[in-house]
Amino acid sequence: MVKKKGVEERKYRGELMIHFMPYSEIARDDALTRIKKIMGLVLQNKIIILQGRLKSEEEARLIEHTMTLVGNLPGFQGVEIAVLSGETERSMFENVRRNIAKILIGEQDAVTIIGPASVVKEMKRNPKKIELLLKRR
Amino acid sequence: MVMKIITNFARRIFSGMFKKKGEVKLGFYGPPNAGKTSLANRICQDFLGEDLGEVSKMPHETRHVQFKEKVLIEKDGKKIEFKLIDTPGIATKIDFEDFMKFGMNRKKAQERAKEATHGIIESIKWLDDMNAVIIVLDATANPYSQVNITIIGNLVARKIPVLIVGNKIDLRKADIKKIETAFPDYDVIGLSARTGKGMDEFYESLFKLVKRAK
Repeated sequence: MVKKKGVEERKYRGELMIHFMPYSEIARDDALTRIKKIMGLVLQNKIIILQGRLKSEEEARLIEHTMTLVGNLPGFQGVEIAVLSGETERSMFENVRRNIAKILIGEQDAVTIIGPASVVKEMKRNPKKIELLLKRR
Repeated sequence: MVMKIITNFARRIFSGMFKKKGEVKLGFYGPPNAGKTSLANRICQDFLGEDLGEVSKMPHETRHVQFKEKVLIEKDGKKIEFKLIDTPGIATKIDFEDFMKFGMNRKKAQERAKEATHGIIESIKWLDDMNAVIIVLDATANPYSQVNITIIGNLVARKIPVLIVGNKIDLRKADIKKIETAFPDYDVIGLSARTGKGMDEFYESLFKLVKRAK
């Protein structure tokens, strides 16, 4: 099985891989497991589109983890990350409802894009869109 | 193990109880090359007559947290004292080849990149120790970078008061309105640490920020 996976990865080496990660895939994980899952995919040179977003503290830990890898893993330059959240002007009632949902099930009305800096040159974000500039291969 | 937990808990409680009143730790955070050290130097020059650290056009010039104890600011009869903490710029990627573009040889560039990674980790660890934070952004750059949002999110989660500064307003490309639009819930001050433009308004906001931290 492992051999098969290795063959498959070799087959797609040099191709651009986008991994869609539904929030359910990390919903029950603790911060460290979430970060490890994400970084595992980043190290396979995949661009991850995550439904929802990490907590601010998790984002900070992701940066710490990334920097530890940059310092220790030759060739690894870090990550590019951008979050597009569904923050719009809402009524007070809607805000309360949204905050309760955020506590119970996490922030799912957002999209997080994370990619290895060796693949993604830049992520340009403005309030309404994210543009990905990829490196020439 | 249990003893260690109890000892640490007691230390935290007692250090909190006997913490000197008025001892505010004011942190300077932001992305690399936004002008954190330039602003810290400007404050130190204005009130102490000396610099805090070196500045350069090359990113990640500050790779260790640097301090200035007991910075006393007196203006219009008002007085504040704080410990100024200048932190290395936070980034999500570091490519040593970027340093080579500034004429650095490969080995030195790799060393600098490694030090920069340690600096970023150190900056993040220091977030817990701050009483108030000035986020220094480059007013000519896109403010919607995730690093800026992550830093602010972490400060909000820790209930640490924040003041956002848009530096380099002396440059033609500077757009302070863009920063205000990106962070509508925060006070945003435009200034130039290089020319001193906007410093009076900054000091006014600094007084308010330090007051909120007490």
